[in-house]
Amino acid sequence: MIIKRAQLKKIKAPIIVAGIIGLFFIVTAIFAPLIAPHEPLKGSLSERLIPPVWQKGGDPSHILGTDILGRDVLSRLIYGTRTTLAVCVLAIFISGTIGSLLGMISGYFGGWTDIIIMRAVDMVLSIPVILLALLFAIVFGPSFLNIIVVISLILWSQYARMARGETLKIKELDYVNLARTAGCSHARIMARHILPNIASPLVILATLQVGTVIILESSLSFLGVGIPPTTPDWGNMVAEGRSYIVSAWWLCMVPGAAILLTVLSFNLVGDFLTDYINPELRRE
Amino acid sequence: MQRYIAQRLVQAVVTIFLMSIIVFLMGRMTGDPATLLMSQYSTEDDRIEITKRLGLDKPLPEQYLIFITDALHGDFGRSVKGDRRPALEIVLERLPASLKLAAVSLVIGLLFGLALGITSAIKRGSALDTAARVFALFGQSIPVFLLGIVLMYVFAVLLHWLPTSGYGGFKYYILPAITMSWFTVAAITRLARTSMLDVLNCEYIKLARIKGLSESVVILKHALRNSLIPVITFMGTFFVIMITGAVVIETVFSWPGIGRLAVETVMDRNFPILQTIVLFMTTLYIFANLFVDILYAYVDPRIRYDK
Repeated sequence: MIIKRAQLKKIKAPIIVAGIIGLFFIVTAIFAPLIAPHEPLKGSLSERLIPPVWQKGGDPSHILGTDILGRDVLSRLIYGTRTTLAVCVLAIFISGTIGSLLGMISGYFGGWTDIIIMRAVDMVLSIPVILLALLFAIVFGPSFLNIIVVISLILWSQYARMARGETLKIKELDYVNLARTAGCSHARIMARHILPNIASPLVILATLQVGTVIILESSLSFLGVGIPPTTPDWGNMVAEGRSYIVSAWWLCMVPGAAILLTVLSFNLVGDFLTDYINPELRRE
Repeated sequence: MQRYIAQRLVQAVVTIFLMSIIVFLMGRMTGDPATLLMSQYSTEDDRIEITKRLGLDKPLPEQYLIFITDALHGDFGRSVKGDRRPALEIVLERLPASLKLAAVSLVIGLLFGLALGITSAIKRGSALDTAARVFALFGQSIPVFLLGIVLMYVFAVLLHWLPTSGYGGFKYYILPAITMSWFTVAAITRLARTSMLDVLNCEYIKLARIKGLSESVVILKHALRNSLIPVITFMGTFFVIMITGAVVIETVFSWPGIGRLAVETVMDRNFPILQTIVLFMTTLYIFANLFVDILYAYVDPRIRYDK
Protein backbone atom coordinates (compact mmCIF):
# COMPACT_ATOMS: atom_id res chain seq x y z
CA MET A 1 0.00 0.00 0.00
CA ILE A 2 2.52 2.59 -1.10
CA ILE A 3 1.28 5.70 -2.83
CA LYS A 4 3.88 7.05 -5.25
CA ARG A 5 4.75 10.73 -5.36
CA ALA A 6 3.40 11.14 -8.89
CA GLN A 7 0.09 9.77 -7.71
CA LEU A 8 0.06 12.06 -4.69
CA LYS A 9 0.09 15.05 -7.04
CA LYS A 10 -3.16 13.86 -8.61
CA ILE A 11 -5.06 14.02 -5.34
CA LYS A 12 -7.78 16.58 -5.75
CA ALA A 13 -8.97 19.09 -3.20
CA PRO A 14 -12.25 17.29 -2.35
CA ILE A 15 -10.31 14.16 -1.38
CA ILE A 16 -8.02 16.18 0.90
CA VAL A 17 -11.01 17.85 2.55
CA ALA A 18 -12.69 14.45 2.92
CA GLY A 19 -9.55 12.97 4.44
CA ILE A 20 -9.29 15.83 6.94
CA ILE A 21 -12.94 15.39 7.93
CA GLY A 22 -12.40 11.65 8.37
CA LEU A 23 -9.31 12.24 10.52
CA PHE A 24 -11.12 14.92 12.51
CA PHE A 25 -13.92 12.42 13.17
CA ILE A 26 -11.50 9.82 14.57
CA VAL A 27 -9.57 12.36 16.70
CA THR A 28 -12.86 13.72 18.10
CA ALA A 29 -13.97 10.22 19.05
CA ILE A 30 -10.71 9.48 20.88
CA PHE A 31 -10.49 12.77 22.78
CA ALA A 32 -14.24 13.32 23.28
CA PRO A 33 -14.09 14.02 27.05
CA LEU A 34 -11.39 16.69 26.52
CA ILE A 35 -13.22 18.43 23.67
CA ALA A 36 -16.84 18.34 24.79
CA PRO A 37 -17.85 21.58 26.58
CA HIS A 38 -20.60 19.91 28.67
CA GLU A 39 -21.66 16.54 30.04
CA PRO A 40 -23.51 14.69 27.23
CA LEU A 41 -26.03 13.07 29.57
CA LYS A 42 -26.64 15.87 32.04
CA GLY A 43 -29.20 18.49 31.16
CA SER A 44 -30.79 21.29 33.06
CA LEU A 45 -34.51 21.82 32.63
CA SER A 46 -34.07 25.59 32.84
CA GLU A 47 -32.01 25.47 29.64
CA ARG A 48 -34.39 23.47 27.46
CA LEU A 49 -34.54 23.93 23.66
CA ILE A 50 -32.05 26.79 23.36
CA PRO A 51 -31.46 27.41 19.61
CA PRO A 52 -27.94 27.44 18.09
CA VAL A 53 -25.83 30.48 18.84
CA TRP A 54 -26.44 32.27 15.49
CA GLN A 55 -30.19 32.30 15.97
CA LYS A 56 -32.21 34.70 18.10
CA GLY A 57 -32.17 33.50 21.70
CA GLY A 58 -28.95 31.52 21.26
CA ASP A 59 -26.56 31.07 24.15
CA PRO A 60 -22.76 31.24 23.50
CA SER A 61 -22.12 28.42 25.97
CA HIS A 62 -24.31 26.10 23.87
CA ILE A 63 -22.99 26.64 20.34
CA LEU A 64 -25.34 24.17 18.68
CA GLY A 65 -28.19 24.66 21.15
CA THR A 66 -29.78 22.27 23.62
CA ASP A 67 -32.37 19.50 23.34
CA ILE A 68 -35.70 18.85 25.02
CA LEU A 69 -34.00 17.85 28.30
CA GLY A 70 -31.60 20.78 28.21
CA ARG A 71 -28.61 18.69 27.16
CA ASP A 72 -25.91 20.34 25.04
CA VAL A 73 -26.27 19.23 21.38
CA LEU A 74 -22.60 19.80 20.53
CA SER A 75 -21.42 17.64 23.44
CA ARG A 76 -23.83 14.87 22.50
CA LEU A 77 -22.63 15.11 18.93
CA ILE A 78 -19.01 14.80 20.07
CA TYR A 79 -19.75 11.80 22.27
CA GLY A 80 -21.79 10.31 19.44
CA THR A 81 -18.62 9.94 17.35
CA ARG A 82 -17.44 7.43 19.96
CA THR A 83 -20.47 5.19 19.51
CA THR A 84 -20.24 5.35 15.73
CA LEU A 85 -16.49 4.74 15.63
CA ALA A 86 -16.74 1.82 18.07
CA VAL A 87 -19.47 0.18 16.00
CA CYS A 88 -17.47 0.69 12.78
CA VAL A 89 -14.22 -0.69 14.18
CA LEU A 90 -15.76 -3.70 15.90
CA ALA A 91 -18.23 -4.66 13.16
CA ILE A 92 -15.69 -4.31 10.36
CA PHE A 93 -12.98 -6.10 12.35
CA ILE A 94 -15.22 -9.05 13.27
CA SER A 95 -16.88 -9.47 9.89
CA GLY A 96 -13.58 -8.86 8.08
CA THR A 97 -11.70 -11.49 10.09
CA ILE A 98 -14.39 -14.16 9.91
CA GLY A 99 -15.30 -13.43 6.30
CA SER A 100 -11.71 -13.35 5.02
CA LEU A 101 -10.84 -16.55 6.87
CA LEU A 102 -13.87 -18.45 5.56
CA GLY A 103 -13.37 -17.09 2.05
CA MET A 104 -9.70 -18.11 2.05
CA ILE A 105 -10.53 -21.59 3.32
CA SER A 106 -13.28 -21.86 0.72
CA GLY A 107 -11.00 -20.90 -2.15
CA TYR A 108 -8.01 -22.89 -0.90
CA PHE A 109 -9.68 -26.25 -0.28
CA GLY A 110 -12.43 -26.09 -2.90
CA GLY A 111 -14.82 -29.05 -3.15
CA TRP A 112 -17.57 -29.46 -0.54
CA THR A 113 -16.08 -26.89 1.83
CA ASP A 114 -16.31 -24.35 -0.95
CA ILE A 115 -19.88 -25.29 -1.88
CA ILE A 116 -21.16 -25.09 1.70
CA ILE A 117 -19.48 -21.77 2.51
CA MET A 118 -20.56 -20.16 -0.75
CA ARG A 119 -24.16 -21.34 -0.34
CA ALA A 120 -24.13 -19.73 3.09
CA VAL A 121 -22.89 -16.52 1.49
CA ASP A 122 -25.69 -16.61 -1.09
CA MET A 123 -28.21 -17.14 1.67
CA VAL A 124 -26.97 -14.27 3.79
CA LEU A 125 -27.11 -12.00 0.76
CA SER A 126 -30.75 -12.93 0.19
CA ILE A 127 -31.95 -11.93 3.67
CA PRO A 128 -32.93 -8.28 4.04
CA VAL A 129 -30.72 -6.79 6.81
CA ILE A 130 -33.49 -4.75 8.32
CA LEU A 131 -35.71 -7.78 9.05
CA LEU A 132 -32.86 -9.59 10.77
CA ALA A 133 -32.16 -6.51 12.85
CA LEU A 134 -35.81 -6.26 13.92
CA LEU A 135 -35.85 -9.96 14.88
CA PHE A 136 -32.72 -9.54 17.00
CA ALA A 137 -34.09 -6.42 18.62
CA ILE A 138 -37.38 -8.03 19.63
CA VAL A 139 -35.69 -11.12 21.07
CA PHE A 140 -32.66 -9.62 22.81
CA GLY A 141 -33.71 -5.98 23.14
CA PRO A 142 -31.78 -3.14 21.49
CA SER A 143 -28.15 -3.06 22.62
CA PHE A 144 -24.65 -2.20 21.48
CA LEU A 145 -23.69 -5.88 21.25
CA ASN A 146 -26.81 -6.61 19.21
CA ILE A 147 -26.02 -4.07 16.55
CA ILE A 148 -22.45 -5.38 16.18
CA VAL A 149 -23.75 -8.95 15.79
CA VAL A 150 -26.38 -8.00 13.21
CA ILE A 151 -24.01 -5.90 11.09
CA SER A 152 -21.26 -8.56 11.28
CA LEU A 153 -23.70 -11.33 10.33
CA ILE A 154 -24.48 -9.49 7.13
CA LEU A 155 -21.11 -8.01 6.15
CA TRP A 156 -18.86 -11.10 6.47
CA SER A 157 -20.28 -12.47 3.23
CA GLN A 158 -18.69 -9.73 1.14
CA TYR A 159 -15.23 -10.39 2.58
CA ALA A 160 -15.73 -14.12 2.04
CA ARG A 161 -16.55 -13.58 -1.62
CA MET A 162 -13.57 -11.35 -2.22
CA ALA A 163 -11.09 -13.47 -0.22
CA ARG A 164 -12.22 -16.58 -2.11
CA GLY A 165 -11.76 -14.93 -5.50
CA GLU A 166 -8.30 -13.62 -4.61
CA THR A 167 -7.22 -16.96 -3.15
CA LEU A 168 -8.27 -18.78 -6.33
CA LYS A 169 -6.02 -16.44 -8.32
CA ILE A 170 -3.01 -17.05 -6.08
CA LYS A 171 -3.21 -20.69 -5.06
CA GLU A 172 -1.96 -22.05 -8.39
CA LEU A 173 1.09 -19.76 -8.49
CA ASP A 174 4.55 -21.29 -8.35
CA TYR A 175 5.52 -20.10 -4.89
CA VAL A 176 2.43 -21.67 -3.35
CA ASN A 177 3.11 -24.97 -5.11
CA LEU A 178 6.74 -24.76 -4.01
CA ALA A 179 5.71 -24.22 -0.41
CA ARG A 180 3.49 -27.28 -0.64
CA THR A 181 6.34 -29.34 -2.10
CA ALA A 182 8.59 -28.13 0.69
CA GLY A 183 6.15 -29.76 3.11
CA CYS A 184 4.43 -26.73 4.61
CA SER A 185 1.13 -27.42 6.34
CA HIS A 186 -2.09 -26.01 4.90
CA ALA A 187 -2.38 -23.60 7.81
CA ARG A 188 1.15 -22.32 7.24
CA ILE A 189 0.64 -21.87 3.51
CA MET A 190 -2.53 -19.90 4.12
CA ALA A 191 -1.05 -17.74 6.86
CA ARG A 192 2.37 -17.06 5.36
CA HIS A 193 1.94 -17.32 1.60
CA ILE A 194 -1.66 -16.52 0.75
CA LEU A 195 -2.94 -14.09 3.37
CA PRO A 196 -0.29 -11.38 2.86
CA ASN A 197 -1.02 -11.44 -0.87
CA ILE A 198 -4.77 -11.10 -0.61
CA ALA A 199 -4.69 -8.56 2.24
CA SER A 200 -4.66 -5.28 0.32
CA PRO A 201 -7.99 -5.66 -1.57
CA LEU A 202 -9.57 -6.77 1.72
CA VAL A 203 -8.27 -3.69 3.52
CA ILE A 204 -9.71 -1.52 0.75
CA LEU A 205 -13.06 -3.26 1.07
CA ALA A 206 -12.94 -2.44 4.79
CA THR A 207 -12.45 1.29 4.11
CA LEU A 208 -15.27 1.24 1.56
CA GLN A 209 -17.53 -0.28 4.18
CA VAL A 210 -17.08 2.41 6.82
CA GLY A 211 -19.77 4.50 5.12
CA THR A 212 -22.11 1.52 4.83
CA VAL A 213 -21.70 0.67 8.52
CA ILE A 214 -22.38 4.27 9.61
CA ILE A 215 -25.57 4.33 7.51
CA LEU A 216 -26.71 0.96 8.88
CA GLU A 217 -25.95 1.84 12.49
CA SER A 218 -27.64 5.24 12.38
CA SER A 219 -30.69 3.84 10.56
CA LEU A 220 -31.16 1.04 13.09
CA SER A 221 -30.69 3.44 16.01
CA PHE A 222 -33.15 5.84 14.39
CA LEU A 223 -35.74 3.05 14.33
CA GLY A 224 -35.09 2.37 18.00
CA VAL A 225 -33.68 -1.10 17.38
CA GLY A 226 -29.99 -0.20 17.57
CA ILE A 227 -28.07 1.69 20.24
CA PRO A 228 -30.22 2.09 23.42
CA PRO A 229 -31.79 5.57 23.63
CA THR A 230 -29.78 6.78 26.65
CA THR A 231 -26.42 6.53 24.85
CA PRO A 232 -25.44 9.62 22.84
CA ASP A 233 -25.68 8.48 19.22
CA TRP A 234 -26.34 10.35 15.96
CA GLY A 235 -29.18 8.07 14.84
CA ASN A 236 -30.83 8.36 18.26
CA MET A 237 -30.46 12.15 18.20
CA VAL A 238 -32.25 12.35 14.83
CA ALA A 239 -35.00 10.07 16.13
CA GLU A 240 -35.52 12.22 19.24
CA GLY A 241 -35.48 15.40 17.16
CA ARG A 242 -38.00 14.05 14.65
CA SER A 243 -40.95 14.95 16.90
CA TYR A 244 -39.76 18.54 17.33
CA ILE A 245 -38.98 19.20 13.67
CA VAL A 246 -41.47 22.06 13.50
CA SER A 247 -40.31 23.93 16.61
CA ALA A 248 -36.64 22.93 16.95
CA TRP A 249 -35.04 22.14 13.58
CA TRP A 250 -31.50 21.82 14.95
CA LEU A 251 -32.32 18.70 16.96
CA CYS A 252 -32.42 16.48 13.88
CA MET A 253 -30.64 18.62 11.27
CA VAL A 254 -27.36 18.98 13.23
CA PRO A 255 -26.74 15.24 13.82
CA GLY A 256 -28.14 14.58 10.33
CA ALA A 257 -25.55 16.87 8.76
CA ALA A 258 -22.85 15.12 10.81
CA ILE A 259 -23.92 11.71 9.47
CA LEU A 260 -24.05 12.91 5.87
CA LEU A 261 -20.68 14.67 6.04
CA THR A 262 -18.92 11.71 7.66
CA VAL A 263 -20.37 9.10 5.28
CA LEU A 264 -19.62 11.27 2.25
CA SER A 265 -16.02 11.77 3.41
CA PHE A 266 -15.36 8.10 4.05
CA ASN A 267 -16.95 7.16 0.71
CA LEU A 268 -14.77 9.64 -1.16
CA VAL A 269 -11.60 8.46 0.58
CA GLY A 270 -12.57 4.81 0.00
CA ASP A 271 -13.20 5.42 -3.70
CA PHE A 272 -9.90 7.24 -3.98
CA LEU A 273 -7.96 4.40 -2.34
CA THR A 274 -9.67 1.89 -4.63
CA ASP A 275 -8.78 3.87 -7.73
CA TYR A 276 -5.15 4.37 -6.84
CA ILE A 277 -4.21 1.14 -5.16
CA ASN A 278 -6.37 -1.41 -6.86
CA PRO A 279 -8.27 -0.09 -9.90
CA GLU A 280 -9.71 -3.57 -10.56
CA LEU A 281 -12.00 -3.21 -7.57
CA ARG A 282 -13.48 0.04 -8.70
CA ARG A 283 -17.03 0.43 -7.53
CA GLU A 284 -19.51 0.84 -10.37
CA MET B 1 -33.04 -23.16 -19.02
CA GLN B 2 -35.49 -25.51 -17.30
CA ARG B 3 -32.67 -26.99 -15.29
CA TYR B 4 -31.59 -23.52 -14.24
CA ILE B 5 -35.11 -22.65 -13.11
CA ALA B 6 -35.41 -25.91 -11.16
CA GLN B 7 -32.04 -25.33 -9.49
CA ARG B 8 -32.95 -21.79 -8.48
CA LEU B 9 -36.34 -22.93 -7.22
CA VAL B 10 -34.74 -25.53 -4.93
CA GLN B 11 -32.31 -22.90 -3.65
CA ALA B 12 -35.15 -20.48 -2.94
CA VAL B 13 -37.13 -23.09 -1.01
CA VAL B 14 -34.05 -24.08 1.05
CA THR B 15 -33.39 -20.43 1.95
CA ILE B 16 -36.98 -19.90 3.04
CA PHE B 17 -36.86 -23.15 5.03
CA LEU B 18 -33.70 -22.04 6.87
CA MET B 19 -35.19 -18.61 7.52
CA SER B 20 -38.27 -20.27 9.03
CA ILE B 21 -36.02 -22.28 11.36
CA ILE B 22 -34.26 -19.09 12.46
CA VAL B 23 -37.60 -17.38 13.09
CA PHE B 24 -38.92 -20.44 14.96
CA LEU B 25 -35.87 -20.70 17.22
CA MET B 26 -35.90 -16.96 17.91
CA GLY B 27 -39.56 -17.26 18.83
CA ARG B 28 -38.75 -19.93 21.39
CA MET B 29 -35.99 -17.69 22.77
CA THR B 30 -38.41 -14.86 23.54
CA GLY B 31 -39.75 -16.95 26.39
CA ASP B 32 -42.32 -19.64 27.08
CA PRO B 33 -45.21 -19.11 24.61
CA ALA B 34 -47.57 -20.55 27.21
CA THR B 35 -46.77 -17.72 29.64
CA LEU B 36 -47.62 -15.19 26.94
CA LEU B 37 -51.04 -16.74 26.48
CA MET B 38 -51.96 -16.77 30.16
CA SER B 39 -53.84 -14.00 31.84
CA GLN B 40 -53.27 -12.91 35.43
CA TYR B 41 -56.08 -15.22 36.58
CA SER B 42 -54.62 -18.35 34.98
CA THR B 43 -53.57 -21.21 37.23
CA GLU B 44 -50.72 -23.67 36.97
CA ASP B 45 -53.21 -26.20 35.56
CA ASP B 46 -54.03 -23.76 32.75
CA ARG B 47 -50.36 -23.55 31.92
CA ILE B 48 -50.06 -27.32 31.65
CA GLU B 49 -53.22 -27.34 29.55
CA ILE B 50 -51.89 -24.69 27.15
CA THR B 51 -48.48 -26.35 26.98
CA LYS B 52 -50.15 -29.62 25.98
CA ARG B 53 -52.47 -28.00 23.47
CA LEU B 54 -49.65 -26.13 21.72
CA GLY B 55 -47.42 -29.21 21.78
CA LEU B 56 -44.78 -27.41 23.83
CA ASP B 57 -44.00 -30.59 25.78
CA LYS B 58 -42.80 -32.30 22.61
CA PRO B 59 -39.17 -32.22 21.35
CA LEU B 60 -38.10 -29.15 19.35
CA PRO B 61 -38.10 -30.75 15.86
CA GLU B 62 -41.67 -31.89 16.39
CA GLN B 63 -42.62 -28.41 17.62
CA TYR B 64 -41.08 -26.95 14.47
CA LEU B 65 -43.18 -29.33 12.38
CA ILE B 66 -46.35 -28.08 14.08
CA PHE B 67 -45.19 -24.48 13.59
CA ILE B 68 -44.48 -24.88 9.87
CA THR B 69 -47.66 -26.86 9.17
CA ASP B 70 -49.73 -24.15 10.84
CA ALA B 71 -47.84 -21.47 8.91
CA LEU B 72 -48.47 -23.22 5.59
CA HIS B 73 -52.15 -23.21 6.47
CA GLY B 74 -52.02 -19.48 7.07
CA ASP B 75 -51.96 -19.71 10.86
CA PHE B 76 -49.07 -17.62 12.18
CA GLY B 77 -50.35 -17.32 15.71
CA ARG B 78 -52.23 -14.49 17.31
CA SER B 79 -51.31 -11.01 18.42
CA VAL B 80 -50.28 -10.97 22.09
CA LYS B 81 -51.78 -7.50 22.51
CA GLY B 82 -55.30 -6.12 22.46
CA ASP B 83 -58.04 -8.25 20.98
CA ARG B 84 -55.70 -11.17 20.11
CA ARG B 85 -56.63 -11.23 16.43
CA PRO B 86 -54.85 -13.63 14.05
CA ALA B 87 -51.42 -12.25 13.10
CA LEU B 88 -51.94 -12.79 9.38
CA GLU B 89 -55.14 -10.74 9.41
CA ILE B 90 -53.37 -7.78 11.04
CA VAL B 91 -50.49 -7.95 8.57
CA LEU B 92 -52.71 -8.23 5.48
CA GLU B 93 -54.71 -5.23 6.65
CA ARG B 94 -51.55 -3.11 6.46
CA LEU B 95 -50.40 -4.49 3.12
CA PRO B 96 -52.31 -2.18 0.70
CA ALA B 97 -50.75 1.01 2.09
CA SER B 98 -47.24 -0.43 1.65
CA LEU B 99 -47.96 -1.73 -1.84
CA LYS B 100 -49.41 1.58 -3.01
CA LEU B 101 -46.37 3.48 -1.80
CA ALA B 102 -43.97 0.97 -3.38
CA ALA B 103 -45.80 1.06 -6.72
CA VAL B 104 -45.77 4.86 -6.90
CA SER B 105 -42.04 4.92 -6.04
CA LEU B 106 -41.26 2.27 -8.63
CA VAL B 107 -42.97 4.28 -11.35
CA ILE B 108 -41.16 7.47 -10.31
CA GLY B 109 -37.85 5.61 -10.11
CA LEU B 110 -38.13 4.02 -13.54
CA LEU B 111 -39.42 7.16 -15.29
CA PHE B 112 -36.89 9.61 -13.89
CA GLY B 113 -34.01 7.14 -13.76
CA LEU B 114 -34.34 6.10 -17.39
CA ALA B 115 -34.93 9.64 -18.63
CA LEU B 116 -31.93 11.02 -16.73
CA GLY B 117 -29.65 8.10 -17.61
CA ILE B 118 -30.42 8.10 -21.31
CA THR B 119 -30.20 11.86 -21.75
CA SER B 120 -26.91 12.02 -19.89
CA ALA B 121 -25.53 9.22 -22.09
CA ILE B 122 -26.59 10.99 -25.30
CA LYS B 123 -25.39 14.39 -24.09
CA ARG B 124 -22.19 13.10 -22.56
CA GLY B 125 -20.07 15.62 -20.67
CA SER B 126 -22.85 18.20 -20.52
CA ALA B 127 -23.95 19.98 -17.36
CA LEU B 128 -26.83 17.52 -17.02
CA ASP B 129 -24.39 14.61 -17.19
CA THR B 130 -22.28 16.07 -14.37
CA ALA B 131 -25.37 16.85 -12.33
CA ALA B 132 -26.59 13.25 -12.73
CA ARG B 133 -23.25 11.93 -11.46
CA VAL B 134 -23.15 14.21 -8.43
CA PHE B 135 -26.73 13.16 -7.70
CA ALA B 136 -25.70 9.50 -7.87
CA LEU B 137 -22.88 10.10 -5.35
CA PHE B 138 -25.28 11.77 -2.91
CA GLY B 139 -27.82 9.02 -3.43
CA GLN B 140 -25.18 6.64 -2.15
CA SER B 141 -24.13 8.62 0.90
CA ILE B 142 -27.36 9.80 2.48
CA PRO B 143 -29.26 7.43 4.77
CA VAL B 144 -32.91 7.07 3.73
CA PHE B 145 -34.31 8.22 7.06
CA LEU B 146 -32.25 11.40 6.91
CA LEU B 147 -33.34 12.17 3.36
CA GLY B 148 -36.96 11.78 4.42
CA ILE B 149 -36.51 14.16 7.34
CA VAL B 150 -34.66 16.76 5.26
CA LEU B 151 -37.39 16.70 2.57
CA MET B 152 -40.04 16.91 5.29
CA TYR B 153 -38.29 19.91 6.84
CA VAL B 154 -37.89 21.79 3.56
CA PHE B 155 -41.24 21.11 1.87
CA ALA B 156 -43.54 20.71 4.84
CA VAL B 157 -42.07 22.79 7.66
CA LEU B 158 -40.37 25.65 5.81
CA LEU B 159 -42.43 25.94 2.63
CA HIS B 160 -45.76 24.54 3.90
CA TRP B 161 -46.40 22.99 0.48
CA LEU B 162 -47.06 19.47 1.68
CA PRO B 163 -48.26 17.72 4.85
CA THR B 164 -45.44 16.57 7.19
CA SER B 165 -46.72 13.03 7.59
CA GLY B 166 -49.75 10.80 7.59
CA TYR B 167 -51.84 8.79 5.16
CA GLY B 168 -54.36 10.18 2.73
CA GLY B 169 -54.74 11.65 -0.74
CA PHE B 170 -52.22 12.45 -3.44
CA LYS B 171 -50.43 15.14 -1.40
CA TYR B 172 -49.49 12.62 1.25
CA TYR B 173 -47.77 10.35 -1.27
CA ILE B 174 -45.34 12.91 -2.66
CA LEU B 175 -42.69 13.09 0.07
CA PRO B 176 -42.55 9.38 1.04
CA ALA B 177 -42.56 8.32 -2.63
CA ILE B 178 -39.74 10.71 -3.55
CA THR B 179 -37.73 9.50 -0.55
CA MET B 180 -38.24 5.87 -1.51
CA SER B 181 -37.45 6.40 -5.18
CA TRP B 182 -34.39 8.60 -4.57
CA PHE B 183 -31.94 5.75 -4.44
CA THR B 184 -33.72 3.93 -7.26
CA VAL B 185 -33.46 6.99 -9.49
CA ALA B 186 -29.74 7.36 -8.66
CA ALA B 187 -29.01 3.70 -9.37
CA ILE B 188 -31.09 3.43 -12.56
CA THR B 189 -29.57 6.67 -13.89
CA ARG B 190 -26.09 5.22 -13.47
CA LEU B 191 -27.02 1.85 -14.95
CA ALA B 192 -28.94 3.25 -17.89
CA ARG B 193 -26.14 5.70 -18.66
CA THR B 194 -23.39 3.06 -18.76
CA SER B 195 -25.39 0.53 -20.73
CA MET B 196 -26.60 3.17 -23.19
CA LEU B 197 -22.99 4.26 -23.77
CA ASP B 198 -21.99 0.64 -24.36
CA VAL B 199 -24.79 0.04 -26.82
CA LEU B 200 -24.13 3.28 -28.72
CA ASN B 201 -20.63 2.01 -29.49
CA CYS B 202 -21.90 -1.21 -31.10
CA GLU B 203 -21.55 -2.00 -34.79
CA TYR B 204 -25.28 -2.28 -35.43
CA ILE B 205 -25.82 1.26 -34.20
CA LYS B 206 -23.14 2.49 -36.58
CA LEU B 207 -24.85 0.52 -39.36
CA ALA B 208 -28.21 2.06 -38.51
CA ARG B 209 -26.62 5.49 -38.73
CA ILE B 210 -24.89 4.67 -42.03
CA LYS B 211 -28.24 3.56 -43.41
CA GLY B 212 -29.33 7.15 -42.82
CA LEU B 213 -31.90 6.57 -40.12
CA SER B 214 -32.85 9.61 -38.10
CA GLU B 215 -31.19 10.03 -34.71
CA SER B 216 -34.43 9.52 -32.82
CA VAL B 217 -35.12 6.19 -34.58
CA VAL B 218 -31.55 5.03 -33.88
CA ILE B 219 -31.86 5.85 -30.20
CA LEU B 220 -35.44 4.88 -29.47
CA LYS B 221 -35.72 1.82 -31.69
CA HIS B 222 -32.26 0.32 -31.86
CA ALA B 223 -30.34 1.45 -28.81
CA LEU B 224 -32.96 1.79 -26.08
CA ARG B 225 -34.22 -1.79 -26.20
CA ASN B 226 -30.84 -3.35 -25.71
CA SER B 227 -29.70 -0.87 -23.12
CA LEU B 228 -32.70 -1.76 -20.95
CA ILE B 229 -31.51 -5.31 -20.27
CA PRO B 230 -29.06 -4.47 -17.43
CA VAL B 231 -31.76 -2.33 -15.83
CA ILE B 232 -33.81 -5.50 -15.28
CA THR B 233 -31.15 -6.89 -12.93
CA PHE B 234 -31.58 -3.81 -10.84
CA MET B 235 -35.15 -4.79 -10.09
CA GLY B 236 -33.77 -7.41 -7.69
CA THR B 237 -32.08 -4.62 -5.71
CA PHE B 238 -35.29 -2.63 -5.84
CA PHE B 239 -37.08 -5.20 -3.69
CA VAL B 240 -34.47 -4.75 -0.93
CA ILE B 241 -34.94 -1.00 -1.14
CA MET B 242 -38.67 -1.54 -1.00
CA ILE B 243 -38.50 -3.63 2.18
CA THR B 244 -35.89 -1.48 3.95
CA GLY B 245 -37.67 1.62 2.64
CA ALA B 246 -41.00 0.35 3.88
CA VAL B 247 -39.63 -0.02 7.41
CA VAL B 248 -37.68 3.25 7.55
CA ILE B 249 -39.80 5.58 5.41
CA GLU B 250 -43.10 4.46 6.87
CA THR B 251 -41.66 5.20 10.32
CA VAL B 252 -40.46 8.66 9.28
CA PHE B 253 -43.74 9.66 7.62
CA SER B 254 -46.11 7.76 9.96
CA TRP B 255 -47.38 5.72 7.00
CA PRO B 256 -49.69 2.89 8.12
CA GLY B 257 -48.00 0.06 6.21
CA ILE B 258 -46.30 -3.24 7.04
CA GLY B 259 -42.93 -1.61 7.71
CA ARG B 260 -44.21 0.65 10.44
CA LEU B 261 -46.15 -2.27 11.87
CA ALA B 262 -42.87 -4.20 12.10
CA VAL B 263 -41.21 -1.43 14.11
CA GLU B 264 -44.29 -1.12 16.34
CA THR B 265 -44.16 -4.85 17.11
CA VAL B 266 -40.59 -4.47 18.35
CA MET B 267 -41.71 -1.72 20.74
CA ASP B 268 -44.67 -3.86 21.92
CA ARG B 269 -42.66 -7.11 21.92
CA ASN B 270 -45.43 -8.61 19.80
CA PHE B 271 -43.48 -11.52 18.36
CA PRO B 272 -46.22 -13.38 16.42
CA ILE B 273 -46.84 -10.33 14.24
CA LEU B 274 -43.14 -9.76 13.56
CA GLN B 275 -42.60 -13.41 12.69
CA THR B 276 -45.43 -13.19 10.16
CA ILE B 277 -43.95 -10.06 8.60
CA VAL B 278 -40.44 -11.52 8.42
CA LEU B 279 -41.58 -14.80 6.84
CA PHE B 280 -43.94 -12.99 4.48
CA MET B 281 -41.37 -10.43 3.31
CA THR B 282 -38.50 -12.91 3.00
CA THR B 283 -40.63 -15.22 0.87
CA LEU B 284 -41.83 -12.34 -1.27
CA TYR B 285 -38.30 -11.06 -1.68
CA ILE B 286 -36.74 -14.40 -2.56
CA PHE B 287 -39.40 -15.24 -5.13
CA ALA B 288 -39.26 -11.75 -6.63
CA ASN B 289 -35.52 -12.17 -7.09
CA LEU B 290 -36.00 -15.59 -8.61
CA PHE B 291 -38.49 -14.13 -11.04
CA VAL B 292 -36.11 -11.31 -12.01
CA ASP B 293 -33.23 -13.74 -12.63
CA ILE B 294 -35.37 -15.97 -14.82
CA LEU B 295 -36.75 -12.97 -16.68
CA TYR B 296 -33.21 -11.78 -17.28
CA ALA B 297 -32.15 -15.13 -18.72
CA TYR B 298 -35.26 -15.14 -20.89
CA VAL B 299 -34.95 -11.59 -22.22
CA ASP B 300 -31.26 -11.85 -23.06
CA PRO B 301 -30.65 -15.09 -24.97
CA ARG B 302 -26.90 -14.51 -24.76
CA ILE B 303 -27.07 -15.56 -21.14
CA ARG B 304 -27.11 -19.30 -20.77
CA TYR B 305 -27.14 -20.44 -17.20
CA ASP B 306 -27.27 -24.19 -17.86
CA LYS B 307 -23.92 -25.64 -18.62
